[in-house]
Amino acid sequence: MTPVRYTAVAIVLHWLMAALLLGLFAVGLYMVDLPLSPRKLQVYSWHKWAGVTAFAFVLVRLAWRAGHPPPPLPASMAVWERAAAAVAHGALYVLMLAIPLSGWLMSSAMGFQTVWFGVLPIPDLIGKNEELGDLLRIIHISLNYTLAGLVLLHIGAALKHRLINRDDVFGRMWPSGIRKT
Amino acid sequence: MSRLSILVLAPLLMLAPAAAPAAGYTEVVAERSAVRFVSRQMGVEVGGSFERFDARLEFDPAHPEQGRARLEIDMASIDAGSRDANEEVVGRDWFDVRTHPRATFVSSTVRALGGNRYEVAGQLTIKGRTREAVAPFTFRQEGGLGVFEGQFAIRRLDFAIGEGMWSDVGVVADEVQIRFNVVAAAAR
Repeated sequence: MTPVRYTAVAIVLHWLMAALLLGLFAVGLYMVDLPLSPRKLQVYSWHKWAGVTAFAFVLVRLAWRAGHPPPPLPASMAVWERAAAAVAHGALYVLMLAIPLSGWLMSSAMGFQTVWFGVLPIPDLIGKNEELGDLLRIIHISLNYTLAGLVLLHIGAALKHRLINRDDVFGRMWPSGIRKT
Repeated sequence: MSRLSILVLAPLLMLAPAAAPAAGYTEVVAERSAVRFVSRQMGVEVGGSFERFDARLEFDPAHPEQGRARLEIDMASIDAGSRDANEEVVGRDWFDVRTHPRATFVSSTVRALGGNRYEVAGQLTIKGRTREAVAPFTFRQEGGLGVFEGQFAIRRLDFAIGEGMWSDVGVVADEVQIRFNVVAAAAR
């Protein structure tokens, strides 16, 4: 049989991404309700830096994935299940790219350039326009809740493979390498 | 008109041009003039401006040292770059606009630096604190108008701009760049 696990690099990237996204989502929820303060400006900057980092991470993951295709799904999976998995994974990648892009554009529209770690300026693709900024804010938030829903689905599906189907799908991405016994 | 009055008035009319002030730029065109500033927040430049100000000046490039300028800014007209910031900066920690509705700059000396470059020194008063300020500027004539453009830096904490928790210059830098662009017509 072909290898059932993702490569170690893919596993590390996946879990780092998971941690980064969870942190970004939590910080995002926390920061928007802060009263204007130096802390708020700091947290926004951190959120933006982490968001740019996440975007870069997705590109690395996609590049790695292009050279290292995921292990095949178990033969026991139905066609619709394979299709659903492909669509869900595709949507996860699209959102992981679209969310930081929408955040970056929103920041530009609000009049705040993004400067990665306060060092590397990311150009403003659009000029200051507060109405557009408000729209992009709604888009950024909506995409985030969509991602949160998809992540829950993703976790649910992984657990289903582990607990109900008892196949290799969960183990191929789990760090400690849980195998079907 | 009697011959006598022509005789009396003629010399006066001839004198009139000489008695007028030296040619120069005095009539500020408010809608083409601007006062902007750039602060740094978490290492990122954020621009702002003042929408209402009253600028008066007299400047004759032939006699720059006689130049004078007075700028009075309506602090409530500040645009600090975002809605949140605009609500914040009029408050007590920042400009305390209710107590200090105006900031002023009153020139003391103007000197030529060579070419089209000059320098104006004077007293800058913000939030009731007065400091000496020196601003280099350029002057050019454009379609019968005089255009003055300059930039100088202030330290916001010198004027108690951003007190309390905002005095942390690691978040909002101490140095703020002030940029002015004043267009004036020639004296009438």
